[in-house]
Amino acid sequence: MSQSYNRGLIEDFGRWREFSAGMWAWIFHKFTGWVLVGYLFTHIAVLSTAIPASSQDAAVLAANEDIYTTTIVALESLLVVRILEVGLLAVAVFHILNGLRLLFVDLGIGLESQDKSFYASLILTGAITVASVPTFIAGAF
Amino acid sequence: MSTQPPQQEHEESPADSVDETESTPPAQQRREDAKADKRGRDAQRQAEDDAAAKRDEPTRHIKVFRYDPEIEGKQEPRFDDFHVPFTKGMTVLDALIYARDEYDPSLTFRHSCRQAVCGSDAFFVNGEQRLGCQTQLSDLNEPVRIEPLPHQEVVKDLVVDMDHFYEEMEAVDPYFDPDETPDGELAEQRQSRANREKIKMSTRCIWCGACFSSCNIAAGDNQYLGPAALNKAYRFAMDEREGEAKTQDRLETIEQEHGVWRCQTQFSCTNVCPKDIPLTEHIQELKREAVKKNLKFW
Repeated sequence: MSQSYNRGLIEDFGRWREFSAGMWAWIFHKFTGWVLVGYLFTHIAVLSTAIPASSQDAAVLAANEDIYTTTIVALESLLVVRILEVGLLAVAVFHILNGLRLLFVDLGIGLESQDKSFYASLILTGAITVASVPTFIAGAF
Repeated sequence: MSTQPPQQEHEESPADSVDETESTPPAQQRREDAKADKRGRDAQRQAEDDAAAKRDEPTRHIKVFRYDPEIEGKQEPRFDDFHVPFTKGMTVLDALIYARDEYDPSLTFRHSCRQAVCGSDAFFVNGEQRLGCQTQLSDLNEPVRIEPLPHQEVVKDLVVDMDHFYEEMEAVDPYFDPDETPDGELAEQRQSRANREKIKMSTRCIWCGACFSSCNIAAGDNQYLGPAALNKAYRFAMDEREGEAKTQDRLETIEQEHGVWRCQTQFSCTNVCPKDIPLTEHIQELKREAVKKNLKFW
């Protein structure tokens, strides 16, 4: 909208300290959505390196030395990748839980507790992420 | 935009002005004297009140946004500080009225009924859209920042241009428009209790524009109808007395590209509505009605 002068960040993200639950839910949902889209393309790019593996010798495949397996093993040996996987899980879990919350909002169920359901999905996301850490990090060091 | 009659300013401090004003008989002369006198007293009182603030007397510190495109020295937006004597039950609007009457008569803001009915005095107080007359100073952290509503053009100080908001409101035909009226000229058009109960909350809108200002979809999409207008559409679309044809008409208006589907359920409007209208709930229900209208199983 046109302005008689520039009020700068006053009207936009500069107010982030004053955002309410519904606003944070929207921002996180957008953010996690974009991260998941980004991951999807990376995932396709990495998996497509496996295509030559299908034409490799049976002996190479049996010895786990085909291009697919070596790529995955190389990636999994990096600590950064392990940590990113935890992050990916957190992002996916929040997006799923908030997506369920939005489903209820769309159906008009429990709109007066929309803030509580946002906090609940945050807490659940945190719990699931923490619980997953041993699985993802095991053997990385 | 002061609605305060000028003579009231004299009455407020009879003790100070008696000595000078009583001796000069012509009313004109007296008024001018009092004006000049008042200017001096304003500065003095401001100084006194500043001192009072330091001495721990009950005052409240408000920071008020000031801007006036027509006066050279005020074209750069700034915040003015006022220390207003606090009385129990004082609202943000009371504080502004005090600051305007006692310290700076050029301080500009809209207000009328002072009881949350007219919807004139929606401000951005401590980062949230609120009605000045409905917000207790004692509920706010100091200093209380009072700004004009965001996402609207500022005309002067706390006054924003509401034209765009009114345009959106009028776009949904915000009036009762039944398909057919009863035969008798004075016949009542009765509504069932259940139906009245359904639209009850949506009828409470006072057109203050707080929701519209809080909605950052409305800020980004100039054509978005906005929560208040959609709530108006809800109020009439859900009214059983209007008839099928008009209801279909209304649903067609709200399901356009810049209608209900722009709503991203951030709940900002519902949070700031001074009349506690469940705006998001109403918009969501309109979304469902729009889908039902277009879904055909055949």
